[in-house]
Amino acid sequence: MAKSAKKAAPEPEPGDIPFMQRLLDNPFILLFIGVTVPTLIYLVWGVVEVAQIPLAK
Amino acid sequence: MAIAAVFRTCPDTGLKVHSHAENLIKANAVVAVIFLAVGGFFGLLVALTRWPAVHLLPADAFYLVLTAHGANVLLFWILFFEVAVLYFASAILLNSRLAMPKVAWGSFVLMIIGAVIANVAVLQGESSVMFTSYPPLKAVPHFYLGLILFAVGMLGAVLVFFATLVIAKDEKTYEGSVPLVTFGAITAAIIAVFTLASGAVILIPTWLWSMDLISEVDPIIYKVIWWGFGHSSQQVNVAVQVAIWYAIAAMVLGAKPLSEKVSRAAFLLYIVFLQLASAHHLLVEPGISSNWKVFNTSYAFYLAVLGSMIHGMSIPGAIEAAQRRRGLTQGIFEWLRKAPWDNPAFSGMFLSLILFGFLGGITGVVMGTEQINLIIHNTMYVPGHFHATVVAGTTLAFMAITYLLIPLIFRRELVFKRLAKWQPYLFGIGAAGISLFMMGAGTLGVPRRHWDITFTDAPLTVEMPGTAFLMMGLNGVFAILAAIGGLAYIVVVVGSVFFGKHRDEAVAKANPVIFDGGEAVTQYGSEGTIRIPGTIVLVAIFFTSFVLYYFVNWKYLSEVWPLR
Repeated sequence: MAKSAKKAAPEPEPGDIPFMQRLLDNPFILLFIGVTVPTLIYLVWGVVEVAQIPLAK
Repeated sequence: MAIAAVFRTCPDTGLKVHSHAENLIKANAVVAVIFLAVGGFFGLLVALTRWPAVHLLPADAFYLVLTAHGANVLLFWILFFEVAVLYFASAILLNSRLAMPKVAWGSFVLMIIGAVIANVAVLQGESSVMFTSYPPLKAVPHFYLGLILFAVGMLGAVLVFFATLVIAKDEKTYEGSVPLVTFGAITAAIIAVFTLASGAVILIPTWLWSMDLISEVDPIIYKVIWWGFGHSSQQVNVAVQVAIWYAIAAMVLGAKPLSEKVSRAAFLLYIVFLQLASAHHLLVEPGISSNWKVFNTSYAFYLAVLGSMIHGMSIPGAIEAAQRRRGLTQGIFEWLRKAPWDNPAFSGMFLSLILFGFLGGITGVVMGTEQINLIIHNTMYVPGHFHATVVAGTTLAFMAITYLLIPLIFRRELVFKRLAKWQPYLFGIGAAGISLFMMGAGTLGVPRRHWDITFTDAPLTVEMPGTAFLMMGLNGVFAILAAIGGLAYIVVVVGSVFFGKHRDEAVAKANPVIFDGGEAVTQYGSEGTIRIPGTIVLVAIFFTSFVLYYFVNWKYLSEVWPLR
């Protein structure tokens, strides 16, 4: 039997699990954060900065 | 299909191993090693050309070879191997089947097609645009197409990884939270999604531009978005290599993280902030405000550096705690002195950790400081830094885990064990020398990517100090040493995969390669101690070096750019 596949313990109630653990246990929320933050702070902000450079006359 | 037909039970760990996952790990790892061999050979040619006394290649060939070196080692070697690690950390460690094997094989084929097309484009000689391919330098359309196909294939592999997580959770193949190594792989996969999306956003219009279907690509917009791809792809490496450090410490010594929660929080800092370091490539770019530059490279990115420093203490701390648990408690460093230094998986991992932290980590923070960056921007210091992170750090970590993948996944005994024992030292010392001497030359003003540091044909003469020539010569010497170490790795890997003794259950029992059935790597858990005096001494040495080097650079800046 695999080490990580032990006999199932009773499922804890969602309220019993701390917020941070629920966050870290959900790869799709982490995916959302990990894509959104650099997209806004690095890409969008950076492109807006470049777009605001006045054109040479 | 019957379960027995697609799963085997690993004699070392007792884990179920899905045949598709196993075959895909093998296929991706083998192809990765082929690209390492190709890219490493090109890298040696680059170093021998930049060695002033040798100056091997003519200018045209130099830029072609430099482009091929960058693409093959920074993208193809690393990302193929990372796909192997993603499948290992999901299907194998979670005891699950791999999701969508057909998609996984399709992604693998697409990545190979893309990598081959890009290589052909470069070798045809019309695409010597280097790894960054900044417009208005224009490559042939199939160069960009190759990179796009490769990125799409990689995205497919990441999709398979996430789908495998869903299946494992749904089929309850594990209990509670995923193991820390899998969490590190999740971190890498998340960064990979941002990386590949950035690549698609900028490479598709650049491809259209190369076919004259659109009139121009703005060079600064290109730089901003391209570095979201080019630098973040190296942050995927950081996440994977840290996961590998934890994995090897757990598999070889049974070491659990000091605190699983703290290590996960450190990975969370990577997820949120690590990609922002891309901005340090634009620190001298006109037209972009210091607010954007400083926020990305300092305020936000330093939180990712905090994550790295947590890992940098947690991993040696875990090793020390595990060694002390086994009775190696004499003095401060008995645990380190009696560590398995003749096991290439361990020695490669520990060298990778030390070299990445001291050479790559400290210099990365220095480079990411807007003011100090002025001293070394676009000098040899930059490749010096990333050879410390990607070669001494990531590549050495990947080599180290290979010594465990061969017995566990390829089910072969290592051949040339004496050579394997020395290989991490040869490669690690070579890579460290390359990094140090490149950074030394860069500090003296030697430009990066330049065929001729004497600028013979330039209208304005430039005189480099004699020490700069010495540094570039020493870089060449250590590149040869690293190449010998790389060749030793390839000889051991190829020899073991094709000619190693088959590792059946009896051999696995007689010669176990992992500690206690790998329990520490497949389960959630912590050492739960901070009685780690040796690690605290190491951390103190690290911080002292960090602070001294940081302020030496400010002093240097004040000398080259006096304010009166």
